[in-house]
Amino acid sequence: MNFLILSLIKAAVVAFVLMTTLAYLQWIERKVIAHIQLRVGPRRVGPHGLLQPLADVIKLLTKEDLLPSHVNKVFYFLAPFIAVFFALIAISVIPFGTEVNLGPVHTAMQLTDLNIGVLFILGLSGMGVYGVALAGWASNNKYALLGGLRSSAQMISYELPTALAIAAPLLMLNTLSFRQLVEAQSGYYLGFIPRWTIFQGPVPQLVSFILFGIAAFAETNRVPFDLPEAENELVAGFHTEYSSMKFAAFFMAEYANMVTVSCVATLLFLGGWQPLWPAQYGSNFLPTAMFLAGAALCFYHGFHPARSFDRITLPAAGVVFLGIAVVFLIPPVAAVLLPLFWFAAKVGFILFVYIWVRGTLPRFRYDQLMRFAWTFMFPVAVANLFLTGLAVALS
Amino acid sequence: MDSILFLIFAAIAVGCGLNLVLQTHPISSALSLVGVMGSLAVLYLLLGGEFIAMAQLIVYAGAIMVLFIFVIMLLNAGGERRGRKRLWAPWAGAPMVAAIIGIGAYLIQRAAPRTAEVTFGAFQHGNPSDIGTNLFENYVLPFEITSILILIAIVGAIVLARKEIE
Repeated sequence: MNFLILSLIKAAVVAFVLMTTLAYLQWIERKVIAHIQLRVGPRRVGPHGLLQPLADVIKLLTKEDLLPSHVNKVFYFLAPFIAVFFALIAISVIPFGTEVNLGPVHTAMQLTDLNIGVLFILGLSGMGVYGVALAGWASNNKYALLGGLRSSAQMISYELPTALAIAAPLLMLNTLSFRQLVEAQSGYYLGFIPRWTIFQGPVPQLVSFILFGIAAFAETNRVPFDLPEAENELVAGFHTEYSSMKFAAFFMAEYANMVTVSCVATLLFLGGWQPLWPAQYGSNFLPTAMFLAGAALCFYHGFHPARSFDRITLPAAGVVFLGIAVVFLIPPVAAVLLPLFWFAAKVGFILFVYIWVRGTLPRFRYDQLMRFAWTFMFPVAVANLFLTGLAVALS
Repeated sequence: MDSILFLIFAAIAVGCGLNLVLQTHPISSALSLVGVMGSLAVLYLLLGGEFIAMAQLIVYAGAIMVLFIFVIMLLNAGGERRGRKRLWAPWAGAPMVAAIIGIGAYLIQRAAPRTAEVTFGAFQHGNPSDIGTNLFENYVLPFEITSILILIAIVGAIVLARKEIE
């Protein structure tokens, strides 16, 4: 019974944090893209547009739900549910940090630690294709159908290099549970080089990290591989005919997939919540230093205000930052927050790269995309796996 | 708990299997097959075969069925048309099916009487490392022969599908 209640609480917390992250990821994406393109991005709703996600949710909920004529109703309604279900459920095997000890309660910062966690994620990503393919097929629209076809072909093709790129670090770490994967990456070479998979011997997995990164962009249908929704060719691709909450479901699925892929990359290659450098060189004080710097910046601009209300808002933000900086210094709280900080920092960095690439690179042509997968990614992934296997067998 | 889950997913598997036959549209049938494979994966999981369950999900439900659906969508296959209605056909067919299944079950029971009852959670060797050890130590030859068989099938498919180039 205790287990049930604990699991329910954890599920509620994880679901809330995930939903908030997904909503604000979209705000961050719009802001970052705007600044790359020398615009300011959303700023009307709330300070710096911070309430924009809330406004978007209200808009999507209250919009009219259109049903195009001659669609296959069952599959038309089923498709967004499939897409969002398989995208959201993947978070259940992702560990976020070490253990929480609240008085008598000890629990891992993870919903469930499967001994086949990596395979579970691969299986879910394979099932997620159905949502996109069915949406394209059921919409009774040739652009949607083309988008759905492109997407399923692309996801099948790029699943191969993804699986091969994942297999190489698994050979070295010798487990499929995410928690054990991270534990196998703890420690340092020469006292300062972290034993993350991308640095770990016998074969540092930098190649498979890059391959996994490229394939992840294709698996999540993101720029430069966003051909399923290439707007100059296919209107909006597979979700052309979807409006209101059904559109929001596809949108949410895309962002949830991005978060999952970033978490998997962090856990497999970047050492999960293991810090970048050891604690004896002060890695535990990094969050405090960062928040102190933020607070100092806020106070500086608060005392040299550009607008009249900056005099109040910026020092208030500074006080909040100071508070967070102090919280990271309290030992029992810091033991929980520090792993979480490192994990969130790495995932956040990968998500930022996603957005950065979207603001930088143009889109591939479809034949280029397929040729790239089969004639470059696949052979390189096989060669890398072979080399890693050989080195692991010999060492 | 395990028995309840078994009953639920066995019922889903049988229901999806029936739906697969009864649907007239190929996409509906293909998706029912995905349902059958998904529930089979859960049954494997209940019996302690974690790796087999996930392989079932990734290979069959994920990869192969997506290809099926891809081909159906690409060919734009429509629903099949029912022939002239024969009212007596289902009434005569249902007892026949029941009889065939019954006889088959009886024969299997006679040929291989159960020696031990299957219990949930009794099998502990379904994890990836045990499967790998068995595959590469005890069953190397069948494993390699199977892979060559699949390779032959792939080559055959390419030869059959290839366009003649002068």
